[in-house]
Amino acid sequence: MNDPRTVLSGNEAIARGAYESGVKVAAAYPGTPSTEILESLGAYSGPHVEWSPNEKVALETAMGAAFGGARALAVMKHVGVNVAADPLFTLSYTGLRGGLVLVTADDPEMHSSQNEQDNRHYARFAKVPMLEPSDSQEAKDYTKIAFDLSEKFDTPVMLRTTTRVSHSKSIVRAAEPIVPPVKPGLVKDPVKLVMLPANARKRHPVVEKRMEDLARFAETFPENRVEWGDKKVGIITSGISYEYAKEVMPEASFLKLGMVYPLPREMIRSFASRVEKLYVVEELDPFIEEQVRAMGLAVEGKSAFPLIGELNPLLVEKGLKNLPPAPQETAPKLPARPPIMCPGCPHRGIFSILNKMKLFVTGDIGCYTLGFLPPLSAIDTCVCMGASIGHAMGLDKALGEEALGKVAAVIGDSTFLHSGITGLLNVVYNRGAVTVIILDNHTTAMTGRQDHPGTGCTLRGEETFEVDLAKLAKALGVRHVKTVNPYDLAAVERVIKKEVQRPEPSVIISRAPCVLSRREKAVSGKPLAVDSDLCAGCRSCLRLGCPAVAWIKEEGTNARGKKRKGRAAIDEFLCNGCTLCAQVCKFGAIKGNDGK
Amino acid sequence: MENRVTNILLVGVGGQGIILASEIMADVFMEAGYDVKKSEVHGMAQRGGSVSTHVRFGPKVYSPLIKEGEADIFVAFEELEALRYLSYLSPHPTILLNEQRLNPPGVSLGNEDYPADVKEVLSRRAKTFKTIPARDLAVRAGDVRAANVVLLGALHSILSIPEKVWTDHILKRFPPQAGPVNLEAFRLGKAS
Repeated sequence: MNDPRTVLSGNEAIARGAYESGVKVAAAYPGTPSTEILESLGAYSGPHVEWSPNEKVALETAMGAAFGGARALAVMKHVGVNVAADPLFTLSYTGLRGGLVLVTADDPEMHSSQNEQDNRHYARFAKVPMLEPSDSQEAKDYTKIAFDLSEKFDTPVMLRTTTRVSHSKSIVRAAEPIVPPVKPGLVKDPVKLVMLPANARKRHPVVEKRMEDLARFAETFPENRVEWGDKKVGIITSGISYEYAKEVMPEASFLKLGMVYPLPREMIRSFASRVEKLYVVEELDPFIEEQVRAMGLAVEGKSAFPLIGELNPLLVEKGLKNLPPAPQETAPKLPARPPIMCPGCPHRGIFSILNKMKLFVTGDIGCYTLGFLPPLSAIDTCVCMGASIGHAMGLDKALGEEALGKVAAVIGDSTFLHSGITGLLNVVYNRGAVTVIILDNHTTAMTGRQDHPGTGCTLRGEETFEVDLAKLAKALGVRHVKTVNPYDLAAVERVIKKEVQRPEPSVIISRAPCVLSRREKAVSGKPLAVDSDLCAGCRSCLRLGCPAVAWIKEEGTNARGKKRKGRAAIDEFLCNGCTLCAQVCKFGAIKGNDGK
Repeated sequence: MENRVTNILLVGVGGQGIILASEIMADVFMEAGYDVKKSEVHGMAQRGGSVSTHVRFGPKVYSPLIKEGEADIFVAFEELEALRYLSYLSPHPTILLNEQRLNPPGVSLGNEDYPADVKEVLSRRAKTFKTIPARDLAVRAGDVRAANVVLLGALHSILSIPEKVWTDHILKRFPPQAGPVNLEAFRLGKAS
């Protein structure tokens, strides 16, 4: 018999758990650290697995499937739940027929996020139960439990992971998929599903009763378990924090919570009464700690462990053992390796021109946010998906003539389709003098190149309709829509200069595929080279911030007798031949390797 | 079977094949009968950023992260990156250093200098210190991309896990035509 064990990431394990649960519809918008869940689920045949345009649509799609009696999964990163919060809070009232699991993948430490909000608060706020796995086996098991609880208690169930659980790998035992107990079909139940005030008022008491039932259930839920050890120290913990605490103090007593909302109060009270000193070890907010305190129990939590950022074994050990800060090994000051746009990236040309024009650039979420970093230094705001357009609109309305010609919004194609369309509609409707540059690289690049409604391809790789961004902008009422090739710097500068001066809405579509795209290529791929005889050492090419262009310190003169402090050189393994450096070179020193 | 957990820290630059190497390691340790966890930290960049991967195996592993000061084996795929993680090393670590330098942007732009004394610092810090010209050996094996498998060969030579478990899992990860090159890379790493 085949070994049923494999080493899986938390995300792969959630996908496996959904598959084994007989999930029928799964929807998500890509976002670190959640993206691999749907990608992994897409490798199993059976369920409908889709990239939705945004998280709200993803959850609504999952809801529809669950109303129809099918098991459904919606997946998003922590800030994605903000987008999906509107349907979530009322889904809590309606309940469902087929099980619905909402995965929230939180990102403590902000490895790839704009904030580190603690989404456990959503469980309490929306009045839904939340499970939190500690490793990949639990990620799979809890996904299955979540579907069962969802149907048993007629509630959506949130499954919370964090970057460290989603992206760590550990051993998982696979099982065969089951046929879910609920039979899909159209069943009318308008009093439960039509949330008019009269109906919603009937549902709210049901919600409160359900939370009481769940709190009672939590007391005997096997995944809330006590592991007795030495009773000098008792640790209440969950998720990845459990693993860290167990690592550094295996001899202590543990109350390991698989369900972080609602809490098993009697279990906590009994555990607390039998240990000398009680700790809550949890990442980010004192979510469990405050509820334990509200029960009147003495507990150490955020007094011992940081409120900000990820925990790790050392931080947990310091808190539990009250260790003084250890003398740090003196690390030498080292050159940083910040994230950087790829060589040949189509965004680079746009940002070099925006930098040159010294515009105030309202930015958005995607690879192009890296345009903030020097030497391009051409992003002035970045808050959330789609915000660039609203920011530019607000600046226009607040500053009027003063801002005209000085502001541009940049937004990626996937981000525009996620939540930029309504912003642009508003610009047109409320007569804004706003220029929106859509950086259309034909993919969702930052999260690893996922498809979206503008790529002509579904998650499973089937051909589909490809929305035309220019026609869409025109349909919204934008009269001036221009498409530019971002590798043609002169054209980019000419178009941006003209459009930002317009006292009315305009859209510039910068169109070229992501340089990592496997489907399309806009650059030659043939590396360029610097003619050292001609290089004047002016550093213009270096201001593009391309990883393929380097500076070689070497005082002297070039072949034409021009004094220089060094010269530029191109790494032939990194260069993709995008030619931007050749375009900015005033000395004709950068050419193709064949001399052209 | 050893009854303690062995901590292996791999560091380098995105694109060097560190994550693939760590995935092969995790499969190998599971097959050899251990519990295993691995975790990586990488920034937003797809390529070129600093990468570190923690691999831990033993009878029972809790944390996927190595506690600072407890890495027993340190495999540095790039010289400068080796210096960034010194605080993770145990008092008597084994250090395997791939002799390769990749300039970070500040060095490429001429604003910063690449540290000069990487090998001295590491050899002073290590109980056992070994340098491996993984890139050259990979080229000799037939593909520069196999440098990560060269380093797996070097790692194999300091662990007691049957060679066949390694070679089986290496072959599983590559298309059949890339098999011989990677086996040769593994052999050269083992002999280095």
